[in-house]
Amino acid sequence: MVDVQAVLDGSRLDLSRMLTQIENQTETGQAALIELFPHTGRAELIGITGAPGTGKSSLVNQLAFHYRNPKNGEAPKKVAVVAVDPSSPFTGGAVLGDRIRMTALSGDTGVFVRSMASRGSLGGLASATAGMVQAFDAAGYEIILIETVGAGQAEVDIARLADTTLVVEAPGLGDDIQAIKAGILEIADILVINKADRPGVETTERALRSMLQLAHPVQRVFHHHGQDLIVDSPQGGEIPMWIPPIQRTVATDASGLPELLGHIADHRAHLEASGDLKRRERSRLAAELDLRLQQALVHRWEESLSPGAYDQTLDRLLDRQLSPQEAVKALLNGSLK
Amino acid sequence: MSEEKIRVIVAKPGLDGHDRGAKVVARALRDAGMEVIYTGLRQTPEMIAEAALQEDAHAIGLSILSGAHMAIVPRIMELLKENGQENVKVFLGGIIPDEDIPKMTELGIAGVYGPGTSTELIVEDIRKLVLG
Repeated sequence: MVDVQAVLDGSRLDLSRMLTQIENQTETGQAALIELFPHTGRAELIGITGAPGTGKSSLVNQLAFHYRNPKNGEAPKKVAVVAVDPSSPFTGGAVLGDRIRMTALSGDTGVFVRSMASRGSLGGLASATAGMVQAFDAAGYEIILIETVGAGQAEVDIARLADTTLVVEAPGLGDDIQAIKAGILEIADILVINKADRPGVETTERALRSMLQLAHPVQRVFHHHGQDLIVDSPQGGEIPMWIPPIQRTVATDASGLPELLGHIADHRAHLEASGDLKRRERSRLAAELDLRLQQALVHRWEESLSPGAYDQTLDRLLDRQLSPQEAVKALLNGSLK
Repeated sequence: MSEEKIRVIVAKPGLDGHDRGAKVVARALRDAGMEVIYTGLRQTPEMIAEAALQEDAHAIGLSILSGAHMAIVPRIMELLKENGQENVKVFLGGIIPDEDIPKMTELGIAGVYGPGTSTELIVEDIRKLVLG
């Protein structure tokens, strides 16, 4: 049903159908991912996250357009966009509206935009997003832009998936306490203040800047404590740590876009020079391995469980004969003969 | 683990800006558990066919109130065929004069839903068409 060779040869219809299989997590889709895997690891993965209404989709539209029509004489790159919107927790349905903003890309077959519903996932991505990204990577898309659900504070899965994470803010969305809360701002490689033609942009920038100064104290503090703190970076102090730049943009008229693209390229160069790219790749694959291991182990355990054992244990739990902790032990011991 | 969802593109081709109907239908399909890709206003037939290709949609709902259906619909059907997507079900809403409905059916349109159609009927029809 899915022709992997056709996908590798550039057939967009076959790619699209394969993406559906991957998204639905069918056996066909899983088999395709196995075949595609050797061809992955070449694309540049850029994540775009931020609160709803900050202009993520419009920014993605502009980024894709600029990669397709580079101003600096470079060759245009093939761009894929994976845009995730929330599914209804009640009906499982969804309205995916990210394409509305992506009109600048129409008529260009070098861009492939795919909308995804989150289907119950809570981290800002859908559980099949990583697989879809692998498919685009294998199909030869050089830049993959991953737009998350309009994320509030803790939807940080994107940082695990992307090489470079853009966190998009807009003026007037919160004070400086929002900026020092844990969560989404910590994952930013680049901070974007979109809608920068709106009033309040200075306040937003000031709050973000002071947050950054708290989060990234000056370099010499690290040296002051000796080598222990720099073990993470093999080159030691030669390559300074990455301090997220703050870039103002107006996505509707593309102002700030050339600078933003410059920051993305700088971050990429930094990842390569510092060895972080390899480290990110490693932790990304570790996360996928862990997830698949967990699923496989749970599945194996469920299969080994004698029928009715779960319900019986639950009944004893209900009668207070067992505590949840003891129940877990009983269920695991019963199954691991 | 695996789950299949009905994916429907709701688009407004042409130049009229009356998108209330399209939004009502999009919402009804969402509430019926479908995934609706809403593309917004002023879509060309090329943009709609391209969206259907990239999104691997099962069905396309077109809302046309401008009277341009005789120009737009044949073009969309032609593009879908060119792309190898003649299996995609296309349905119409908006203002389609009665005498044009047979012509639409002849073009392969799966259903025409004028003003006053209940959303339940549309949901039901799409389910039947897609799930077979």
